[in-house]
Amino acid sequence: MPTKPKIGIYWCASCGGCEETVVDLAEDILGVVEKVDIVFWPVAMDFKKHDVEALPDKSLAATLLNGAIRSSEQEEMAHMLRRKSQLLVAYGSCAHTGGIPGLSNQFSREHMLRYVYEETPTISNDQKIRPQLKFQEQGREVCLPELRHVVRALDQVVEVDYYIPGCPPTPRITQAALGAILEGKLPPKGSVLAPDIALCNECPRKDTKPTNVAFAEFKRPHQKLLDPALCFLAQGVICMGPSTRCGCEAQCTKGNMPCTGCFGGTGRVRDQGAKMLSSLCSNIEPRDEEGIDQVLAGIPDPVGTFYRYGLAKSLLRRKVDLPIS
Amino acid sequence: MSNEWTPRIVAFFCNWCTYTASDLAGVSRLKYPSNARIIRVMCSGRIDPQFILEALAKGADGVLIGGCHPNDCHYVEGNYKMLRRFRLLHRMLKDMGIETERVRLEWISAAEGEKLKTVMFDMVDKVRKLGPLSLPGKFKDWDKEMDTLEHAVEAQQGREVAHAH
Repeated sequence: MPTKPKIGIYWCASCGGCEETVVDLAEDILGVVEKVDIVFWPVAMDFKKHDVEALPDKSLAATLLNGAIRSSEQEEMAHMLRRKSQLLVAYGSCAHTGGIPGLSNQFSREHMLRYVYEETPTISNDQKIRPQLKFQEQGREVCLPELRHVVRALDQVVEVDYYIPGCPPTPRITQAALGAILEGKLPPKGSVLAPDIALCNECPRKDTKPTNVAFAEFKRPHQKLLDPALCFLAQGVICMGPSTRCGCEAQCTKGNMPCTGCFGGTGRVRDQGAKMLSSLCSNIEPRDEEGIDQVLAGIPDPVGTFYRYGLAKSLLRRKVDLPIS
Repeated sequence: MSNEWTPRIVAFFCNWCTYTASDLAGVSRLKYPSNARIIRVMCSGRIDPQFILEALAKGADGVLIGGCHPNDCHYVEGNYKMLRRFRLLHRMLKDMGIETERVRLEWISAAEGEKLKTVMFDMVDKVRKLGPLSLPGKFKDWDKEMDTLEHAVEAQQGREVAHAH
């Protein structure tokens, strides 16, 4: 019997939603398991780091790695899995473009640690104890990974062969990607394994997209009763669809929520946020500064709106005046 | 030549007004600082915010955008489009820690060679006071923290080996 290709699935700074998608393959996962040997998947299976380390280099056909890289341990695992895998696939928004964790590139590490361990309303920590990287316990030294100052997408740490986008990726594109990997029918290295067209293309509201939109105000989804059939832009609600890659089957817009951009930009977009800002602002109705600012007041957090999943991979990457020590 | 640092400014000028103004400043023999690398575009409305961010990310200390006065755009609407983007881009740059004086929008008509000169002097002066932005250097500095991994792993493996003996 020929041996089945070995596959690894690993997570770094992520919420677990990507792992959930693999589980959401439901019965189809049996088809996957039939064709491959999953040799590493800490969420679901009891293999340890040293099991993978013991394998020869390049012995895994592919590793799907989800989550951003923001600690020394995640960095180490990314390097190790890169060595052991023929294909390293950035799976999900965080590994692809930094994802939600990437938003913390707006704050310093000290700011985050202070907030999380001292100032969060739900914490009681009078002694202001913070995790230490090392301490002695019964004569042994115990270590914790170090939190990095900068949150990174996977390809900012190691070389990545393919990207599967989404927060989380859908079971369908996951299955299509796995199929392509197993059959060796892959596009050029570095490709994103999803269609290279804007979301509007597969949005059921496409026909109601106005050719000439003029924004007199912006409303956020909770401030308005949303029409379930009309293009969000025509309703004055920010929808990232025009600058976002499709392939998600327009799940959000079908569920009456605007696109927030998790699939990242299309291949022609260099900076998803700037591109969206450009397209949106050009179509504001007023022509004078005061009127324009009034309309723009409807976008209280431009960075969080336009770079919700892509700050780490944006042109600026991080708030530029933050410290690194 | 002195080694004193001077700002590097990328200027996007519209073909019909500001670029022509810089030509006029030239033929009128007006002297203005040579810090700006001028890129001619057909209209200020063609300037995608991606261009501005990319200029900064690749080492510009400031970006100057020049377009036609309101109501004078050759394409009727282009300068308004730029103005609207600029208003939000300014807010976003501030949130990202970049001083707003580094990115400037000016309406300079084809007849205003003198204004071009004044704006150039003022922009260079303001950016000089702010100092270098040097994002490429910052990106490198940020990534230095990843160099520590190798040393840490080696040290730990060393300890584990020692422990086993």
